[in-house]
Amino acid sequence: MKDKLEIPDYNTLFQTEPYVKQREGKKAFEAPCSEQETAEALAYSKSSEYKDKNFARTSLVVNPHKACQPLGALMAALGFEKTLPFIHGSQGCTAYFRSHLSRHFKEPTPAVSSSMTEDGAVFGGMNNLIDGLENSVALYKPEMIAVSTTCMAEVIGDDLQAFISNARQKGAISNEIPVPYANTPSFSGSHITGYDSMLKSILSTLFIRSGIEATPGSGEGTGEKLNVIIGFEPYTGNFAEIRKILAAFDTGYTFLGDHSGNFDSPATGEYSYYYGGTKLADVPKAANALGTLSLQKYSVKKTLEYISGTWKQQTVAMSTPLGIHATDRLIESISELTGLPIPPELVEERGRVVDALLDSHPYLHGKRVALVGDPDLLIGLIEFCLEVGIEPIHIVCSNGENGFKEEAKALLAASPYGAETTVHIGNDLWHMRSLLIDDPVDLAIGSSHLKFAAKDADVPLIRVGFPVFDRHHLHRYPIIGYQGALNLLTTIVNTILQGLDEDSSGFNHDLVR
Amino acid sequence: MGLNIEDNQKMLEEILEVYPEKARKDRQKHFEINNEELINCGKCAIKSNMKSRPGVMTQRGCAYAGSKGVVWGPIKDMVHISHGPVGCGQYSWGTRRNYANGTLGIDNFTAMQVTSDFQETDIVFGGDKKLEVICREIKEMFPLAKGISIQSECPVGLIGDDIEAVSKKMSIELGLPIIPVRCEGFRGVSQSLGHHIANDAIRDFLMGKKELAECGPYDINIIGDYNIGGDAWASRILLEEMGLRVIAQWSGDGTINELAIAHKAKLNLIHCHRSMNYMVTTMEKAYGIPWLEYNFFGPTKTAESLRAIAARFDEYIQENCEKVIAKYTPQMEAIISKFKPRLEGKKVMLLVGGLRARHTLGAYEDLGMEVVGTGYEFAHKDDYEKTFPELPEGTIIYDDPTAYELEELAQRLDIDLMGSGVKEKYVYHKMGIPFRQMHSWDYSGPYHGYDGFKIFAKDMDMTINSPVWSLINSGKTGSLPKKEAGV
Repeated sequence: MKDKLEIPDYNTLFQTEPYVKQREGKKAFEAPCSEQETAEALAYSKSSEYKDKNFARTSLVVNPHKACQPLGALMAALGFEKTLPFIHGSQGCTAYFRSHLSRHFKEPTPAVSSSMTEDGAVFGGMNNLIDGLENSVALYKPEMIAVSTTCMAEVIGDDLQAFISNARQKGAISNEIPVPYANTPSFSGSHITGYDSMLKSILSTLFIRSGIEATPGSGEGTGEKLNVIIGFEPYTGNFAEIRKILAAFDTGYTFLGDHSGNFDSPATGEYSYYYGGTKLADVPKAANALGTLSLQKYSVKKTLEYISGTWKQQTVAMSTPLGIHATDRLIESISELTGLPIPPELVEERGRVVDALLDSHPYLHGKRVALVGDPDLLIGLIEFCLEVGIEPIHIVCSNGENGFKEEAKALLAASPYGAETTVHIGNDLWHMRSLLIDDPVDLAIGSSHLKFAAKDADVPLIRVGFPVFDRHHLHRYPIIGYQGALNLLTTIVNTILQGLDEDSSGFNHDLVR
Repeated sequence: MGLNIEDNQKMLEEILEVYPEKARKDRQKHFEINNEELINCGKCAIKSNMKSRPGVMTQRGCAYAGSKGVVWGPIKDMVHISHGPVGCGQYSWGTRRNYANGTLGIDNFTAMQVTSDFQETDIVFGGDKKLEVICREIKEMFPLAKGISIQSECPVGLIGDDIEAVSKKMSIELGLPIIPVRCEGFRGVSQSLGHHIANDAIRDFLMGKKELAECGPYDINIIGDYNIGGDAWASRILLEEMGLRVIAQWSGDGTINELAIAHKAKLNLIHCHRSMNYMVTTMEKAYGIPWLEYNFFGPTKTAESLRAIAARFDEYIQENCEKVIAKYTPQMEAIISKFKPRLEGKKVMLLVGGLRARHTLGAYEDLGMEVVGTGYEFAHKDDYEKTFPELPEGTIIYDDPTAYELEELAQRLDIDLMGSGVKEKYVYHKMGIPFRQMHSWDYSGPYHGYDGFKIFAKDMDMTINSPVWSLINSGKTGSLPKKEAGV
C-alpha cells in the first residue's frame, strides 16, 4: 500500500488533542461563564417560562425568515431578456443581494449599483444614477435596465422618475432602452413585496411604451393565449415543470418573468451576462392574452391588480401548487383559461404519483411537522401535508400578513390533521426554536436558516424554500405539479426512513421497508 | 499572455476602451504593471481607496460589512444588533464562517441575526425608543451575553437617531457594555471605513478596561484574524508551541474580555493589517506595545514569520521556533512533493479583500504557481506598496476592478486559477476557469499555518486538476466536445 498523505480537514483537525488542549487553554483569557451557568442558561432557554418571555418580546427580532425588498426586485429583473438589475443606493446592498442569490442558486447574479456615498446622502443620488446608467450600458450592453432602490435612496427621497428622465435628456441612456423602476425600501414588506413592485413596474413600463391598448383575447399567435406568472420562485425546476404541463396541453403561453435561464445556465466555456428570460417584445402582446395564471398570489398582489385592472384580464391566482389537490386545481385552471381539454398523460402521471403516495403513507401518517417559509410556499406545504396525513404543528411566517393567516387557518380547520396547528405571522426562527422545544415534532420543513433551531430541538430538517445554502441542487428539482409532489414525498419519506435506520439497534435494522 | 510589460500595457488599454471617457480616465488610474522601479522603491501611483464608479459591478461591500461582517460579528460572547432594516443582518448571517466555540444562542452569538427590523414608523419617528426596548429584551433572552454592539445601517444615520445616547443610558441600566458603532453603509467607499470605525469603537469602549491576572514575558495578541474555517486556531497553535502565550484573539472566536485585556501584551501580531492596523498603532501609542505584521500562508512565509516573531523574544523562544519549524518541515515537504508537480507553472489571478491578494502569494509560490495578476477590493496605498516588491516584473496589479475587467483579464491572460469571492465564482465556472472562493475558503479551510497549508495545497490541486473542467462544451452548438488525449 502506498503511503497515504493525511490531510485532516476542519471537521477532524480541531478534534485532535493539541487543538482540544488549545481550546481549554484559551478559556483562561475569555472570562467565560462557568459550565454550570451555561448549563443553567441552556436549560432556561428550553423552559416554558422562556418560551413565554420569548413570545412576549415586542421589538427584538432574532433570526427572522425574510430578506428585503430590493433582493426580490433583482430577481424580478432577471426574469426578463437582457435586463440588467440596477440598484440605486449604497453599494454594499448590491454586493449582499448578489451573494445571497448566488449562494442559493450556485449561479452568477449580475447587478450593478449606483454606489452612493456620503455626498449622495447630502446632495441626492442623481449624478450617481446618471453616470451609472451610462457606464452600465457601455459595459454590460443591456436591452433593459430595471432600477430599484435601497433604504438610503428611499430615506433621502430620491425621485427616480425625474432622475431617469434627466439621464435620458443628458444622453446617458438612449430612449431605446426601457428603464422601469420600483421603490423598494427595506423597511417595509420583504423580498416578495420587492419582487411584486418590480414585476409590476416592468410590465406596465413595457406596455405603456408599446402604445397598444389592451384587448383581452385579441391575440392571434399561440403565445398570446395565456400568461403565466411564477413569482418569487427559488426553484428553477418549477419553471421546467410548469413548462412540461403547458406543453402537455399544447397551448401557447407567455411567462411574465422567467429567471430560470439566468439561474440555471450551462457551462460552455463562455459567460454571457444574460440567459433566457421573457422577451421584452412579448410583454405588450401578453396584454392581449385571454387570461393570466399566477402560481403565487401573496407575492404578486400588485401585479395581479394591475393585470386585472389595466389589462382587463381574467386572472387566476393560487399559492405554490404543492401536492395532488393543488396540482389538480392548476390543471383545471389551465383547461378553463385556455378552453383545452386536460391531457391524458397528466391524468396518468397523477395516478402514478398517487400510487407512490399510497406506497409511502404508513410512514407519513400522523407525523408532526413544523413549517417555515414565504406565505405562498406555506399554503402549498400545508395543503400537501394535510392530504397525505402529515400534521403541521407549528407554522412560522415572518413575512405573512393577516390574509395569509386567515387562509392558512381555514385550510387547517377543514382537516382533522390540522386540528393542532398554530400559525404565527411576523414571528421569527427564535420563536420557532421555543415552539420546537416546547412541543416537539418529528420533522421540520424550511430553509437552511431553520437548521439552527432544528439542531437545538434535535429534529431533522427537510430543506424547502429560500434560501437553501447548505445543500446542492435542490432548486433544480421541481416541487410543484405531480412530479413535484413525488419529489417532496421522496425527500420526506426517505428522511423518515433514514431516521428509522439511525435509531435502530440491530434487531430492527430492517432490510425491507 | 504572460508577464511582458508592453504586451500587458497594450492589453489593458484595449480592455478599458469600452468605457465612457470619464470612467475610462478613472479606471486607468487603478491599474499598474509591476516594473523594476516599483519593485525597488515600493512607491506606487496606483489609485486606491477611492469611490467606485457607479454602474460598473464592483466587488465591494460597505462600511456595515466591514464593521459587523468582519470586525465585530465574530466576537462571540456579545450580541451584535444589526440596527435598521432586516436586509443587512440577513445577508451577513453566518456567511463568513467565523468559527467560535460555545453554544449558539447561550454563550456564543456569532451565527445569529439579531436585528431591529426597522419598519416605516421607525423611519418616521426614529428608532431610539425601540432600541432601548431591544437592549432590555436581549438581556432577557440572552442572559449570558457579556455585551451588546449596535451596528447601524444606512437609515439610522440618515434619520439622525442618537444611538450613542441610547447606548450610554442602557449600558447603565443593564450593567453591560453597550457599544454604538456608526458603520452606516453609505460611509466611505468600501468595507475599509467600516473596519476603521469598528476599531475606533473598540478603542473608545473596551480597550484597556480589564486587567490580566498574571502577566508574562511571552504574552502576545493575535490581531486581525477572523478565524475563517478555524484559521486563528491553526495559527495560535504554532505560537503556543513556540512558548508564547496568546492572551487575546481579535476577533475570530474572540471575547469581550480579550478585547479588554489585550493592552497587557508584550507584542501585537497582526495578520490582516488592512482591517486592524488602526488598533496596533493605537496600542503602540497608548501602551508602547510594539507590533509585527506576519503572514501564515504557505510554509516559506510561515517560517519567515515565525522567525521574525521569535527574533522579538529571547533564545528560549528562538530555539523553540526552530524546533517548531523543524517539526513541520517534513510534513510540508511531503505536501509540496505531492502537489507541486501537479501545480507547477499554473497561472493564477487573485482579487480578494485587503490582505490575501498579497499574503497568499507565498503559498502559491511554494506550490510552484505563478501569480500573474493580483489586487484588492478595498486596499489603501500602503497595501500596494507592500505588494509590488513581492511580485515579478510584468504582473498586473489592479484596484477595485470591475467584474468586466477581471473577466477580460482572466481570458486574455489564459489563467489556470482565479481566486475571488462568491459573486465571481460561478461566472468563472461558466467560463471554464478553475476558481476558488478565497473569502471563506470555499467552505473549506483553515488555510493559515502549517495545518492550513496542507488543506490549501489539496484544495488548489482539486480545483485545477479536476477532470470535470474537461467536460465543458467548446461552445459550439450542434456538436459535442471531443475528449482530449490524456484526460
